[in-house]
Parts: sequence; structure tokens; C-alpha cells
Amino acid sequence: MLRIQDLPKDKYLLPGHTACPGCPEALGLRYLGMALGKDIVLVVPASCSSILQGTMPGSSLAMRVVNVPFASAAAVASGIANIKELVGGNVVPVVWAGDGATADIGFAGLSGSAERNDDLIYVCVDNEAYMNTGIQRSSLTPYGAWTTTTIKGKSEDKKELPLIMLLHKIPYVATASIAFPIDFISKLRKALNIRGFKYIHLHAPCPTGWRFDPSKTVEVARLAVESGAWILFEAEGGRVRLTPPSNTYLDKSRRKPLKEYLSIQGRFRSLRDEDVKVFEKLVDSTWELIIKFT
Amino acid sequence: MVIKVLTGNYAVAEAVRLSNVDLITAYPITPQTTIVERLSEYVDLGVIKSRFVRVESEFSALAVAYGAALCNARVFTATSSHGLLYMHEMLWWVAGSRIPIVMAVVTRSIGPPWNIWNEHSDFMDQRDCGWLMAFAENNQEVLDTTIQLFRITEDERVYLPGMLGLDGFLLSHTSEPVDVPEEHIVKSFLKPRSQPYSMCGTELITLGNLPKAEDHMMMRYDIQVSMENAKKVIKEVDLEYSKLTGRSYGGLVECYRCSDSSYLVVGMGGWVGTMKDVCDELRDLGYKVGVLKIRFFRPFPEEDIIEVLRSVKGVLVFDRSISYGSLGHIHAEVLARSYRLGNRPVVKGIIAGLAGVDVGVKEFMNSIVGFVNEVEERGYVEKYSEWLLPG
Ligand SMILES: Cc1ncc(C[n+]2csc(CCOP(=O)(O)OP(=O)(O)O)c2C)c(N)n1
Ligand code: SF4
Ligand SMILES: [Mg+2]
Repeated sequence: MLRIQDLPKDKYLLPGHTACPGCPEALGLRYLGMALGKDIVLVVPASCSSILQGTMPGSSLAMRVVNVPFASAAAVASGIANIKELVGGNVVPVVWAGDGATADIGFAGLSGSAERNDDLIYVCVDNEAYMNTGIQRSSLTPYGAWTTTTIKGKSEDKKELPLIMLLHKIPYVATASIAFPIDFISKLRKALNIRGFKYIHLHAPCPTGWRFDPSKTVEVARLAVESGAWILFEAEGGRVRLTPPSNTYLDKSRRKPLKEYLSIQGRFRSLRDEDVKVFEKLVDSTWELIIKFT
Repeated sequence: MVIKVLTGNYAVAEAVRLSNVDLITAYPITPQTTIVERLSEYVDLGVIKSRFVRVESEFSALAVAYGAALCNARVFTATSSHGLLYMHEMLWWVAGSRIPIVMAVVTRSIGPPWNIWNEHSDFMDQRDCGWLMAFAENNQEVLDTTIQLFRITEDERVYLPGMLGLDGFLLSHTSEPVDVPEEHIVKSFLKPRSQPYSMCGTELITLGNLPKAEDHMMMRYDIQVSMENAKKVIKEVDLEYSKLTGRSYGGLVECYRCSDSSYLVVGMGGWVGTMKDVCDELRDLGYKVGVLKIRFFRPFPEEDIIEVLRSVKGVLVFDRSISYGSLGHIHAEVLARSYRLGNRPVVKGIIAGLAGVDVGVKEFMNSIVGFVNEVEERGYVEKYSEWLLPG
């Protein structure tokens, strides 16, 4: 079991980055650095994470970083993965991409690279909307959420990307949350030691886009897991295993009320009780779906 | 010296085989497909040691090529038409990153309607991206220029990607005898891979985060400077290559019977061969015509063109592409250069051969004779830009 005090003290996200206060992407990058260290070659498509690096010639990320076009991240990392043995040295290609880059515009490239089983780690940092362009809906925006392009609340459900990736028959798929850094770091380290395409989907509540106080990022992320709205698992060889604490929430009675998770966020402000019921049904069906793969 | 009978596409593949490429990636599209198939075969049979990444789209092909090239790999890709258009965003990114990559573009029409036949619109659509853009007249030149492009793009004075155009079917699927240089010759000609930086080295580099406007403008300016430098490099490389193989193409342009001509026909690609034949016939009839072949469209051979325009009365430019609402691409460029001369020739443009429409000896003959006679009679032409419509 990994302990926080055993983690390296090196800092990979430097002070002076330009993310909003309470930014989950910044938090996630800090954990990523702790987990994988200086061998990372980070491939970042257009997103808040391209902005938080700050202005050249400086950078707030103390690692090798390639910023790339919105839809191209998986393929660029694939190119690096396919040549890394030839060029020698320590190179771990890691894609760090938003939900928009992953589930929408870059999806074909992601699917292609996964099918080729390229030796890389792909992290989808999911703040459930296009934040960089000012909070527009993506296919990973949940039901009912306000965004600037769904002012009455999104009428469709979030697509189940981790399972879609599982069905690519890649060696490793995991979900994670910025509220559970040890879990996230352990999963990254496990991924590091597996050859082939590794997909990790990081739930990343965004105070700016979700309309909550920047001091509450971790709290909201934790509530997502505790209410069962976000499920932590990992899958090797096509079999899903719920990871703590989500394994305890298989029993619905142990979950916190969904309302607690929803009401803390301004983006769900106009949900009526019947909408919350619909939301709950969708969460239940997601659990059912995931359980089928255990 | 080995003479092989090769289609244009196989000439590309031979060049890649000889050029010690680390990674090849491509997505199939007619008429480029046989390049992909041949190279894929070479890799599987162990003829070459490259990796072959079989991607799911052209956009990814160039992105994969870029990722590998960022880590100091020599890479190659090829495409056509819709595939090239699909790459467009990556084309800019590669050039802006100053990463050498070589690509073959087997030219083809753009739909709708679906049409696999040749024209140059796909190629021309990429002219502002910061890539070097060469075009071949025949399969020998296809092979030679592909090899040369690796050398030119990896020259530290250039450090830009480069594409080679070849006419779909007219070259890509037509067999010609091609002199294939021996491996050791190409090896000594191409130095080891060189590029400005590597993302897989020990240096902590951040590529492409937010710039200050002033810095970004300077980067853009640097690309223009490198394009200018490339003119010199292209000529040097042509000279060096000719010492090794006996074949020179004159650098950015090739002038055929130009020195004593009063009229010039300008073109690019396979049909220049026909233009040369027509030129010979017209010479026999007493017309003092020469042919100027555009070998590099980017950088555009400004100085060479001004030089040859100086001494002629009329220039007739044939374009296999059109910028809708304006002129043929080469015509516009030549016209702009002619204004650098006090005493400038009449410059007329003809749009022809779009969508795969055949243009042969007869069509060239009529257009050229008509043009020369009109200029001789009046000193100007009624129509400065015209379509050679079918039928
Ligand atoms: C081809 C293209 N289309 C649109 C954009 C504009 N754009 C930049 S980032 C972005 C949204 C990013 O959303 P996501 O991937 O979820 O990352 P986030 O900003 O939320 O971190 C968009 C639409 C772009 N850069 N490129
Ligand atoms: S909008 Fe959200 S994800 Fe983007 S920088 Fe701000 S807090 Fe981070
Ligand atoms: Mg997002």
C-alpha cells in the first residue's frame, strides 16, 4: 500500500501556474508528477491544461511537454510510443486530455491508438464540459447540468467512456478521482508497469464550470464518489474490479444521497425533484452496467 | 546503376526504402494506395527496418509521424486529396514546430462529386502552411526529389517539413524506367537525421504553450527566413546530387529552351513533359518558345522567374487548380513577379485539366499558338485569364 509520505518531494507543477483557484487539472498534474516522475513526455491537446502552463519561454510544468492540436493527442503520443525504444532514454508517453478532447473531437484517434495497443498511458481529465472555451457541453457532461450551450440543463446522459475503452480489449482501464490521490497514483504506477495501451479516466470537478466555491474541489469530488455518481474501478483482462471506496457503495444504502452531491453545485440549481429522480435512475443503470463486467 | 521499371508510386516507395526511414505511417486513399501497400510489404518482409504504423485516419497519420519525428526519428507519410485536406490542421502544427517530415502527395480532385482523377487543388490548398512544396515531372524525378527532400528538410538552415507532389495516375500508376541509385550512394548523400530539438532527450522542453504576440510573430518570420534559405539549399543539394547520380534538375525551376526564347510556357507536374514536346514542334515551325517548369512551388522561385521573364514578350501559365473567384495559383504568383520588371511581358493564365480532363499536344499547341499570335499582332491579349473548357 502506497503511503503519502513515501511519495517523491519533487515538484512537477510549479508555483505561478495560471489555472483558476481550486483547479482540478492542476491538482491532477501534481499527482501525475508524483506518480511517474521525470520520465513523462506529456502530450496535451487544447484544454485548460494547455493554458495553465503559462507563457513561454517559461512553463509551470517541470516535465517535457508537447502541446498539440485538439484532436491529435492520442496519435502524437502513439508516434512517440512507436519510436521510444529506437531513440533510447527514459520516455513514458502520457496523454493528458480533457473530456472534450477524449470523448468528442479526439475520439477516433483515441480509439485507433487503443486498438493498436500503443504502449502509452492516456489520462482523460474529466471536468464534464469544454471549460477552456467557457463551459460548453460535451458528451461527458452529465444529465441535467447547466452549461453555456445547455442553459436549460443537458437532456442526454454522459456516455460511458471507461467501458467503451474496456471494450477495446486494452490491458488496463481505470477510473480515478482527484479526491483520492493515493488511488490515482497507485493506478498510474500500475499502468506504468503494463505494456500496451492504458486508459485512466480521472474525475475532476471544476469550480469555475460547475459553479461551486474553489475551496470545495476535493469535497465535491469526494461526494461524487460517496453518492455513487462516480464509480472507482479498474479493469485488467476485461474484468472490472471496484476499488475502494466504491466497492462499499455497491450497496446503495451506504451511499450518500445524490441530492447532497447535486445541490452543492450551481450547475444543477434548476433541477426539479423529478429531474433528480431521472438522474438517480441514470446512476443506477450505470452501476448495473459496470457490475456486468465484474 | 540499376534501371527499374516503376510507377510513380513505386518510385516513391523505392526512395523511402533507400532513405533509412525510422517510421512510416499512412492511411490509404486512391491514388496514393500503392505507396502504402508497397511500403507496408517492405516492412513486413524485412526489406527495410522501419516501423509501420497503420493508423485510422490521415489526421492521425500526420500526428503519429509528428510524434515520432519529435523524438528524432526520420519519418515518411503519403496521401491524396481528401486525406490531405483532413491533415490540414496538423500540417500547420508540424511546420510551426520546425520538425522535418517528408510526405508524398499524389494529387487528385476534391469532391463532390467523388472523383479520383488528377488535378492540383489538393496540393495548392496547403500552400500557406509552411511546408516546402516540390512537384515532379516524371517518375525519375519523383524518386530523386523524395530522396533530396529528406536532405533539404533536415538542413539546419531550413528545418521545415516538405511535400512532393506527383500527378495522380498520370505518374502514380504509369510505369517508366527509373534509374535507382545504389544504397551506399544515398546513404552518403543523406546525413544522419538532424532536427532542431528532440522531445525525448534529457532537456526539459515545453513545446507550444502560450506565446507573447511578439515572440510568435518572430517565429512566423523565422519560417519565412528559412523558406528563403531553402532556395539556396535546394540548389546546393541539386548540385551535389547531380555529382553523385549525374542528374540535375536545376534547383527550383527547370528552364527548357529558355535562353533564346521570346515566349515562355509555365507549368508544373507531369504535363510539363507534353509542353516540352510541343515546344520542340513549335521551334521547328519557327516559334521561339521555351518551357519553364516550376519544380518548387514553396519556396516560390521568385528570383529565377524574374530573371527569365526579363527577356520575353509573353508568358502563358497553365494551372491545374484555381482559387475560386481569383486566378490559377501559379498564374497569380508569376503575374505578381512580373510586376518587378519595368518592361514586363504579357502574362496570361489558363485553367486546364481540372477533374482529370485530358490536356494533350493539340490543346497546348492551340493555346500557345493562339497566345503568341495575339501578342505579336496586338501587343496585349483580350483575356488575361481563361479556362480551357472540355469539348
Ligand atoms: C479543432 C479545434 N476546435 C475547437 C477548439 C477550441 N477549443 C479549445 S479547448 C476546447 C475545449 C476543451 O475541452 P476539454 O477537452 O474538455 O478540456 P478542458 O478545457 O475542459 O480542460 C475547445 C472547444 C480548438 N482548439 N481546436
Ligand atoms: S475552468 Fe476549471 S478546469 Fe479550467 S482552469 Fe479553471 S478550474 Fe481548472
Ligand atoms: Mg473538459
